[in-house]
Parts: sequence; C-alpha cells; structure tokens
Amino acid sequence: MSASIFLAILVTSLATYLSRFLGVLSSKNIKETSKIFRWFNCLAYSTLAALIIRIIIFPIGILSEVNYISRLSVIFISLLLFYYSKKNLVYPTALSAIFLAIINNIF
Amino acid sequence: MISKKYFVKGFTSVKGLDSPALALGCSFIAIGAMLKNLGFNIQESIFSTFLTYALPGSLVMADSLLVGASLLNIFLAVWLVNARLYPMTISLFPLMMEKNQPKWKYFLSCHFIAVSAWLIMKKNYSLIERKHRIDYWIGLGCATWSIAIASTVIGFLAADYLNRDVTIGLAIVNPVYFTCMMADAMKTIQISLAVIFGVVFGILFYFISPEWSVLFGGFTAGTIAFLIGEANVS
Repeated sequence: MSASIFLAILVTSLATYLSRFLGVLSSKNIKETSKIFRWFNCLAYSTLAALIIRIIIFPIGILSEVNYISRLSVIFISLLLFYYSKKNLVYPTALSAIFLAIINNIF
Repeated sequence: MISKKYFVKGFTSVKGLDSPALALGCSFIAIGAMLKNLGFNIQESIFSTFLTYALPGSLVMADSLLVGASLLNIFLAVWLVNARLYPMTISLFPLMMEKNQPKWKYFLSCHFIAVSAWLIMKKNYSLIERKHRIDYWIGLGCATWSIAIASTVIGFLAADYLNRDVTIGLAIVNPVYFTCMMADAMKTIQISLAVIFGVVFGILFYFISPEWSVLFGGFTAGTIAFLIGEANVS
C-alpha cells in the first residue's frame, strides 16, 4: 500500500470520525424533549437536504458529465414513481439508472 | 453484551421495501470502480470504505488526490463535507442513550452514522424499546456497512467491464434514494421546512462559497425552520 494513499485514507477517516465522535459526546447532555434536540434535528435534515441538492445540481465525479436537466428530470420522475407506488423505494431506485439513460439520449 | 435478538432485527431490517441495499450497493460499486481507476489496489479500496464509510467524503478524497492536495487540505475538505454527521449524530443518539448500556457501544457504533442507516433508524426507532435501540442500531449499521464494503469490492473487480454510461447510471441511484427518503420524512412542519429551506439555501450558498454551502446553507435553513416550527407550536 503506497504511503500517500494510505495516509489519505487515514486522514479521511479521522476527519469523518471526528464529527461522529463529537456528536456522541454532545448527545450525552441532550434530552430528546429539549428545544436544542429539535433544533439539531432541523439542522440534520436541512444539512442533508443541502448536501443532496448539491450532489444533484453541482455534482463532483462522473455525475457532472450529465446535463443538469437530465439529472433533475430523473429525480422528478423517480419522486412521482415513489408516490405512485405508495412509497415503495425499490421501483424508483432500481429504475432511476434506466430513466437517466433514456433521458440522457433525449437531451 | 449486544442483544442477539435486536442485532439480528436491525441487521435484517435492510431487507424491507425501504431497503437502502440497492442504492448503497450501486453507489459503492461506482466508488470501487472509481478507486481502481485512481490507482488504488483492492486492499486500499476496502480499507477506504471500511474506515471512512461516508460517500461524499470518499468522493472528496478521490478528487483531492487527483489534484495532488496536501494531507491537511484533504483533512479540511473531508471534514467540511462530512461535518453534517455532527448534527445527524446529535439528532439520533439521544434517542438511543440508556444508562445501563456500556459507552463503547455508542463510541464504536457512531461510525455507522451515514445517510442510509440514519434515515432508517429515524423512521424505526419508536418501534423499538429504548433499552434495545442501540443493539438494533448496531445490527442495522453492520448491515449497511457490510453492503458498502462488499459493493466496493464488486466495483473494484468489475471496473474494467463498467463503461461510462453504466457508471453514470449507478451514480444517480443514491441521490434518488436519498431524495425519496427525505420526501418520506417530511411529516411535521419543522422537518418539511428544514428540507425545503435546505434545498433553497444549499443552492444559494453554493454561489457564495461552494465549500461551505452545505454547512452554511444547512445551518441557516435548519435554524429558520426550527424558529418557524417553534412559533407555530406555541
């Protein structure tokens, strides 16, 4: 294992575990009925939403090679399918790759 | 000790209709293929998913390695993109805290905090007795973690057979899964507003600072949603 890749993995895992570890430390003093818990709950969902929209609209990696209209169209169609199938997650996730291939050929 | 019954219950919970297995698997197959193309060997690829187990962090690490970033830069970039794990942990672990459970369970199992397992646990925690929640969580976390590691191996081995279109197809599955799960979680005014504002502010803050957009956008959106929700309740 080359030193640079090994160290990069180690640094990445430390940077990731740090937030998780500090989260557990802080959790000890927080009651689930408190306002601060509800605030952090909102922060967790909003941060996730911000992350997901970033992955969809401003992706890094291979998704950036796809037109953003195609990406948004796939998300929209998959959401419709999710509600149409009475919140079955298997259909939209399984079919999303096929939707993208079709839409990508259109745009 | 970990209760076998609740561990197995958590482990097998990924079999349901809301299973993250497919989405997680597809994403980590793409990651495994990407790591191979970056020059990682199979041990390094496994080691990466085993230790990090956070998709955006792995992508940022790969991106940073490509441009030859320093270790300090990699640390800061990954910490920034994964800082969301802090509020995610605080919004979940108080629901699982139990005096009689040993502390090591919490410090070890926080490694499983990632979007898929977190969303399932937030959905299911009320169905599990409080004293058993941490064992259920460890089972659920082990299941999603195993899927991620196994898929990384599959992606690494299949890298030469995956063309560009297939890899792109695999990469869209996870955002679709996350979006559907988030839409499903919008059951109260506060959470619905947090998600909607998170989307809006996440985009707006990207134009000010791409690196900080998730944190600043999420913080602003979550705080406004919280205040509106509290005002609405009172």
